[in-house]
Amino acid sequence: MDVDAANEVVVRRILDAHPVLVGVGRALDVVPGMRKDLILHAGPPVTWDRMCGPLRGAVIGALLYEGMARDEREAGELAASGAVRFEPCHHHAAVGPMAGVTSASMPVYIVENRTHGNRAYANFNEGYGRVLRYGAYAPEVLDRLRWINETVAPALGQALQRMGGLDMKATIARQLTMGDEGHNRNVAGSSLFARQLAPSLADCGLARDELTGVLRYLAENDLAILNPVMAACKATMDAAHGVPGSTVVSCMARNGTEFGIRVSGLGDRWFTAPAPVPRGLYFPGFREEDANPDIGDSTITETAGIGAFAMAAAPAIVRFVGGTPQDALAATLEMYEITLTENPAFAIPQLDFRGTPTAIDVRKVVRTGITPRVNTGIAHREPGVGQIGAGLVRPPVAPFQEALRALAELVSR
Amino acid sequence: MPVLARVRRGSYQDSVALLQAQQALRQMPGVEEAGVVMATPANLALLRGAGLDAPELQGAGPDDLVAVVRARTQVEAERALDRLDELLSPRAPAGGTSYRPRTVRTAVRALPGANVAVVSVPGRFAAGVAEEALREGLHVFLFSDNVALEEEVRLKRLAAERGLLVMGPDCGTALVAGAGLGFANAVRRGRVGIVAASGTGLQEVACLVHRWGGGVSHGLGAGGRDLSDPVGGTSFATALTALAEDPDTEVVVLLSKPPSPQVARRVLALARRCDKPVVVNFLGAQGPPQVGNLYFASTLEEAAHLAVRLSGGHPPAEREPEPEGVRWAVGQRWLRGLFVGGSLCAEAQLVLRGSVGRVWSNVPLSPDARLPDPLASREHTVVDVGSDEFTVGRLHPMLDPSVRSQRLLHEARDPEVAVLLVDVVLGFGAHPDPAGELAQVWEEATRTARRSGRELVCVASVCGTELDPQPYGRQVERLRGRGVLVAPTNAAAARVAGALCGRAGAPSEQGPLPTVDLRDGEGMTHEVSPAVRELLRGPVRAVNVGLESFAQSLESQGVPVVSVDWKPPAAGDAELLELLSRLGG
Repeated sequence: MDVDAANEVVVRRILDAHPVLVGVGRALDVVPGMRKDLILHAGPPVTWDRMCGPLRGAVIGALLYEGMARDEREAGELAASGAVRFEPCHHHAAVGPMAGVTSASMPVYIVENRTHGNRAYANFNEGYGRVLRYGAYAPEVLDRLRWINETVAPALGQALQRMGGLDMKATIARQLTMGDEGHNRNVAGSSLFARQLAPSLADCGLARDELTGVLRYLAENDLAILNPVMAACKATMDAAHGVPGSTVVSCMARNGTEFGIRVSGLGDRWFTAPAPVPRGLYFPGFREEDANPDIGDSTITETAGIGAFAMAAAPAIVRFVGGTPQDALAATLEMYEITLTENPAFAIPQLDFRGTPTAIDVRKVVRTGITPRVNTGIAHREPGVGQIGAGLVRPPVAPFQEALRALAELVSR
Repeated sequence: MPVLARVRRGSYQDSVALLQAQQALRQMPGVEEAGVVMATPANLALLRGAGLDAPELQGAGPDDLVAVVRARTQVEAERALDRLDELLSPRAPAGGTSYRPRTVRTAVRALPGANVAVVSVPGRFAAGVAEEALREGLHVFLFSDNVALEEEVRLKRLAAERGLLVMGPDCGTALVAGAGLGFANAVRRGRVGIVAASGTGLQEVACLVHRWGGGVSHGLGAGGRDLSDPVGGTSFATALTALAEDPDTEVVVLLSKPPSPQVARRVLALARRCDKPVVVNFLGAQGPPQVGNLYFASTLEEAAHLAVRLSGGHPPAEREPEPEGVRWAVGQRWLRGLFVGGSLCAEAQLVLRGSVGRVWSNVPLSPDARLPDPLASREHTVVDVGSDEFTVGRLHPMLDPSVRSQRLLHEARDPEVAVLLVDVVLGFGAHPDPAGELAQVWEEATRTARRSGRELVCVASVCGTELDPQPYGRQVERLRGRGVLVAPTNAAAARVAGALCGRAGAPSEQGPLPTVDLRDGEGMTHEVSPAVRELLRGPVRAVNVGLESFAQSLESQGVPVVSVDWKPPAAGDAELLELLSRLGG
């Protein structure tokens, strides 16, 4: 088995991938393997009894949203009963930020990889404050979610259809030249998103107050494009998954209890370790003791070579980790140590238009001891409190070492 | 004088970049004048005013970049212009300064055009780093010792496949295109090219050539085992062939401790095909004075002398110091030599065996003179305190003189000791004031001896030049100020010390030295690769992995250098390292 040749195939697939946001659909209708009794969540597999607060809250919210339970107590019992199944989004070509909870009737963005033909999915972003993805499930949270799902999502779906899809590769490339890294900072990308959608939205024949609402949703949410960006990264990395012999990390994800990776040449196996608590800046009134361990599928951005890997492009947010613009450059330069290639499609102006560090090699991580950098929001450990800060997290090295052992075993066989 | 021009249509560069490129072109061999400008009418007029006119300039406009060179020869002009693309390629990414690369691969990205890796990481990791450097297309200066022989063979094979040069392992010094790597002296550039399988041998010859008015084109190291049977002289042959065709080199000097006879034959056969005089010094191996273009020197001193003369110089006659009126106490008769330089230690033994007979050593010229315990001197003894048994877990004595200082005090207390013989090695990477340290210890030693009614004599030589960070003259003065006799060369110091002891001690017999076999060896042909040619053309741009002081000394010489923030791979975990090697990572 030739590792280098396998990795070359993987690198080629990542660089060649061309994700396009083609539309919106109901999870039950479009997400492969989706069922009514199935709740998708972020990160590697986790059972109800081991779920962290925010994830439990989000599950409760989803059960209430789906009408499967009448109140919190009933939802909790149902979740614990085993009558509802929990599976990672990643097992269904999907991703979701923070809790990542996606249930059957929720709408999802559909991203198609035009090069390789595969599709990936992500739920809708609810904006800031008390939201389901941080484990909130109060009636007003679910009301807003319902409005997003029933008004915003169909409108965006129609607009996307009229536009013939939105080129995510080009949009990500542009946002990186505008100060975004595509994970913690998406303000430029979300502005581009709104700008590109607006004319088609206006042509969709929406009632005036609906149109106003949809445009306001786009105008007020700096993270509106995060979920499509994540789906684009997922569509890219799924195309690169499953190449025998490859040592490239095809997925990194956290469920608030564990951090886990999958490797292209190691099939569906997860390699996990306890999720660390992010280091960063906390909003007024919150401290590190309040923080939940790292959570969310948004690390798919770093896996695909943006997010913290493109930190050099986003000096504005380096203060989250108390750093300087120099540190932002250093962050990206460090990630070149553990990656196999540079993605010329995602050029970083601050690095003389060098492509972002792409294709994390398990061998390089173990050899250098440098684990991938991850930019992240920080969730409160209690369900429903919401985001309490943002910062940086370094996943533990153990899963990479475990993956290396598994790879060596395969190769020597 | 030929004037050559190149025009790059529609290629804009800012004026700073252009000036830097112009400056670099001017410093290239044979270049008289150079201009690199955007072809505005005013700039074209400037070029013509400087005698830089060429037909190609007709029709060049303000958006075109032109480079014009006037050089001694057409070839040199072309060579200079060939460098233009590289000179104008973007430098390290702006603002990348705060990041220290962790691997050779990323260091090369941070220093475009890097051509040498200076590797001084611990031995068991050194081959891995060297291999990474070779795979990145870098020549390797491998300072690290304790590299396994089979690793050396493997590295040199890989280097040969890629047309690259591996200097080392255990290579202490090199002078490449004016840059001193490792422990290196600041030596005038000139016509003498040196290939050495011995570090301080190269330093001594280079310094003597400099002090006697000559200069050094390049001093290339090969590593102490290069001329052994398993390695087969790969690096030596590469370096020798490169110097044979190097236009800046007129005389080649080959330095080594006695090599494997088979390899020596092959190397000498190669040397005989060189159309330049080749001075050979295989310390301890005897040869005839001259055969064809080969000149055999018995000491480093003689090799330097020959090299200066053969390159058209006239070494001045130098006086050797004479001790005045030493009165030995009863029983004082032995000589003790304490060396930081391995080749200097060997040269001293060679000189002494002629005058005082058997000289014990931890690195003897013949096995019968091996010191049973390196820590305990007997009769006449010469110790290399830079050899492994003294350096495990500590800095080399060139950097940290304390090992020798302690040994010197110990020897001074021995009532039978009369003469101490030492070397002082200056240069980049070495201790900032080695003579000062030695002078201090010597004062203490003489005080001790006097208290017990003895006088001691210390004879020293200083390997260095006036241009070194520790200027030669001042270092010599420090020693003389404390009564140390300073001889002009290491061989001279050994002669002076030997003469003193010859009167005091009893000569003894020891085995014969090997002789150089001059029968022509089997055909060892060697092509100079473009990469080696490029390296000698310079300038050196280095990636440093290991000792930070080597990077600092390169910086102080104005050599662009990027330091790798090196850490042991997989934190040194043996299991993970084994898995990594299985996975080719």
